Amino acid sequence: MTSETTMFKSVGRFIGNNPLVPLLILLLVLVGVLEFMRPGIVNERWIGNTIKFAIPLAMLAACQTLTMLTGGIDLSAAVAATISAFVMATQVPIVGVPLAICIGLIPAIMIGMVNGFGVAVCRVHPLIMTLGTGLIATGCLQVYQRFVIASGSVIPDGLAWLGTGRTWGLPNALILFVPIAILIIWAQRRTGFGRLLYALGSNETASRISGVRSWQVFLALYMLSGLIAGVTGLLYVGLIKAPSLSLVNPLLLPSVAAAVIGGTSIFGGRGGYSGTILGALILTVLGTLLTLLQMPEGLRRILFGLIILTVTTTYIRLTEQSR
Amino acid sequence: MTDQQAQTPLLDAKGVSKRFGAVVALEDASLTISAGQIVALMGANGAGKSTFVKILTGALKPDTGHVRIRGTERRVGSPAEARRSGLVPVYQEPSLIPDLSIADNLRLGDTPVADFQHWVHELGIDGLHLDDMISALPLATLRILDLARALAVKPDVLLLDEMTAALPTDLVEKVLDTVRKQADAGQSVIYISHRFSEIAEICDRATVLRDGATVGDLPITPGVEEKVVELMLGAVLDKDPTRTSTAAHRPEGMPRVTVRNLAAGTKLQDVSLDLYRGEVLGVVALEGQGQDQLFDVLAGMDSPTAGTIALDGKTVSFNHPADAIAAGLSFVPGDRADGLLMERSVHENIALPQLARFAKWGAIGMKKEAATVKKAIDRLQIDTRAQGEVQRLSGGNQQKVTIGRWIAAGVDTLLLFDPTRGIDVRTKRQIYLLVRELAEQGAAVLYYTSELAEVPAACDRAMVIFNGKVVDVIEAADADEQTLMRAAYGLTASAAVSA
Repeated sequence: MTSETTMFKSVGRFIGNNPLVPLLILLLVLVGVLEFMRPGIVNERWIGNTIKFAIPLAMLAACQTLTMLTGGIDLSAAVAATISAFVMATQVPIVGVPLAICIGLIPAIMIGMVNGFGVAVCRVHPLIMTLGTGLIATGCLQVYQRFVIASGSVIPDGLAWLGTGRTWGLPNALILFVPIAILIIWAQRRTGFGRLLYALGSNETASRISGVRSWQVFLALYMLSGLIAGVTGLLYVGLIKAPSLSLVNPLLLPSVAAAVIGGTSIFGGRGGYSGTILGALILTVLGTLLTLLQMPEGLRRILFGLIILTVTTTYIRLTEQSR
Repeated sequence: MTDQQAQTPLLDAKGVSKRFGAVVALEDASLTISAGQIVALMGANGAGKSTFVKILTGALKPDTGHVRIRGTERRVGSPAEARRSGLVPVYQEPSLIPDLSIADNLRLGDTPVADFQHWVHELGIDGLHLDDMISALPLATLRILDLARALAVKPDVLLLDEMTAALPTDLVEKVLDTVRKQADAGQSVIYISHRFSEIAEICDRATVLRDGATVGDLPITPGVEEKVVELMLGAVLDKDPTRTSTAAHRPEGMPRVTVRNLAAGTKLQDVSLDLYRGEVLGVVALEGQGQDQLFDVLAGMDSPTAGTIALDGKTVSFNHPADAIAAGLSFVPGDRADGLLMERSVHENIALPQLARFAKWGAIGMKKEAATVKKAIDRLQIDTRAQGEVQRLSGGNQQKVTIGRWIAAGVDTLLLFDPTRGIDVRTKRQIYLLVRELAEQGAAVLYYTSELAEVPAACDRAMVIFNGKVVDVIEAADADEQTLMRAAYGLTASAAVSA
C-alpha cells in the first residue's frame, strides 16, 4: 500500500520533472497500435501526411497555449484564421499576392487587439471576450463575402506549395512551422515577455506588486495570438485549397485539447509549447486510428472524447501527485 | 439545575494542539466555560487564537486534546456538527450570502424567523425588510443581523469574534447589553476582542493564550489589564543580539519618505511619518488598525483618500506599483501567497521585478540574470534544494525569496509588512540581521511587525497605530514590550498622545 503510493509519487515526480516523456510514450504507443492493426501503414508517406495535418492544429494550439499560460484562452483564433484565409484568397485577384497576404493578416491582428483591450482594460473574462469577438468577426466575414462574391478567389501557388508540397518526403509546411515553433519555445523561456506570461498566470497580484503592468502584456499577447492565427489560416487554406466561411473552425476545439493534453494548465502558470506540439500529433494520430476502426461516426466521437478525458485527467493526476 | 449539571462545564477544551507542517500553531490550549459565563479569549497576534477558534467551531480537527460539550467527549468534526452541538460563532466577516435576501439567508441556516426578528428589534435595528438584499445593507447592520441570527437558534455557547469592531457606539452599547443579559439568563459566551474597556464591562473571566498555550485564566477585576498584558507577553524574551550599535540611528537631513495626514479605505484615518535613510522605522499595531492600507498606499497598490506622500521632499502619487518601484519603494506583502509565483522556480521569482518593464520584454541575458539571482540567494542563504517550485519551500525560505527579489535589484526603500510571520526562529534572526545591514548601507526601511519582541531587535524607532491614527512614536531602545503592548491596545495614558 505504502510502497505503491511512494511508487506512484516517484512516477509523478519524474513526470513533473520531464513532462514530455509520457506524451512521447503515448504517441509511440498509438503509432504502434496503428501499425499492429494495419501492418505496413506506418511508412514515410503516412508520417509526412500526419505531420502535414498536425501542423495547422499545432499552430492554432499555439494561440491557446500562450493565452492559457496567463489563465486565458482564445476562442476567436479559428475565426481569425478563417478570416485571414478568406480575405487573402479573395484579395489576390484584386491586389496581387504579397499585398493580399498583408491585407489578410490585418483583421486577425485587429481581432486580437480587441480581445486584448477587453481582457486587459475592461477585465472581461477571456473566454467570454474571445467568444464574443469570434461571433462578431464571423458576422463581419459574412457581410464582407457579399462584396467580393463577384471577384472570386485564388489560392496563391506559393501557399499551395507550402500547404501540400513535399521535399525529400517531408512536408514543406515544416519550413514555416519549425522556425515559428523554435521562436515560441525560445520566447517562453528566454524572454521577458515569455516569463511575464507565466508570472501573470501564476499570480497576477504578485506580478502587480513586482511592477508588471498586466494590460501591456495582455494586449501584446492577444495581438500575437491573432497574428499566429492569421498565419495558420494562410497555411491551412494552402492545404485545403478551398476558402470557405468556416474553413478553420473545426480545428478550434482540437486546438484547445492539444494544449491541454500537452500539459498546459487552463488555470495558467504551467505548461509550454513543446508539449502542445506533441499533443497536436497525438490528436492527429488518434484521429487516423479511430477512422481505421470503421465504426459509426457517433461511436468514434464518443471514443475520441473519452480518450481525451482519460489522458488529460491521468496526466494531471500524475503531475499533481508530485506536490 | 442539578448539581451534576452545575459542576460539568458547558464547554471544556483541554490540551488542544495543532501543527501545520513544521509550524506549531497550538501546543496546549484549554478553555472552560460554565453556563451563564462570558469568557474573554485573549492573546497577542500569532498566539494561536484563530487556530483555537477554528478548532472550537469544528472548522479544524485538533491533533491532540479534546473539546467536550456538555461533558460528552467528542471531536467536533465539522462546523455543522459544532452548530448542532450548541456552539454558534459570529465572525468578524459577516457570513451572510450577499446575493440573497435576508429571508433566503435565514432559510439556508434554518433560522426561526420570528426569533430572528425579535433579536433584530432588541439590538436596535428598525425598518428592515426580510426581502432586502444583503449586498445592499451597510456593514454594521450585517454584523447585527449575523448576531441576531446566531441568537435566534438559542445556542448554548455563543462565540463572538471582534463583534463590536465595525459598529457605531450606540450599537456597541446595545450589543454589550444584550450579550450580558443573555449570559445572566444562562447562556455562555466566548468573547474575543482587542478592547479592554468592553471586556471589563461584560466579561467574567479572561483566558490568555501565548505561543499556542493557555497561560492564564483570570477573573476580571479592576486593574486586570496590566496582568493580562503581562501574561500575553510572558517572560521577557532574551533580546536578540542583532543590534551592533546600541545607539539608535540619528535621523538627519531630508527624510526619504514623508507622509502627512494620510487616509485610505475605511481604516486608515490620519497617519503622518518621516522615514530617514539609514533607519528602520517600526510600525506597531494590532490587526486591522489601518497598517495594511498604509503599506498598500505607499506601494502604489491603493490610492489614498486624503493626505500626501513625498520622497526626498518631492510630492509623489502612484497609479500603479510600477510607479512606486520606479521611485525606489519596494514592497514585501504580509501574505506570501500574494507575493510569490507558487508554481514557478526560485530563479523566476527573484528575477521577476527586473523583467517587469516593457523595455525588458526582449531576450534575457541569462548569464547576467543567473549571477544576480545567485547573489540574492547567497546573501539570504536561501535553501535551494527544492528550487523548482517555490511552493515546495518552507515558509521561511519563501519569505526570503520575496525579500530576495528586491535585494537582487538593489534596495533603496523597503516596505516590509510582517516579514517574520509564521517562520522559524533562525530565519527570523537572519531577517533582522539583513534589515539592520540594509539600513547601515543607507536604505530606509519601514517595518511592520505583529511580534513586539522584534521591535527593539530590528528597529530604530517604533510608531504605534491605533484606530487608523498614530498614537505614539517610541525610541526602539526604550521600547520594552509592555510599553508597546499597552500602546498598541490604546492604553497609552502618557503625554505622548496629548503632545
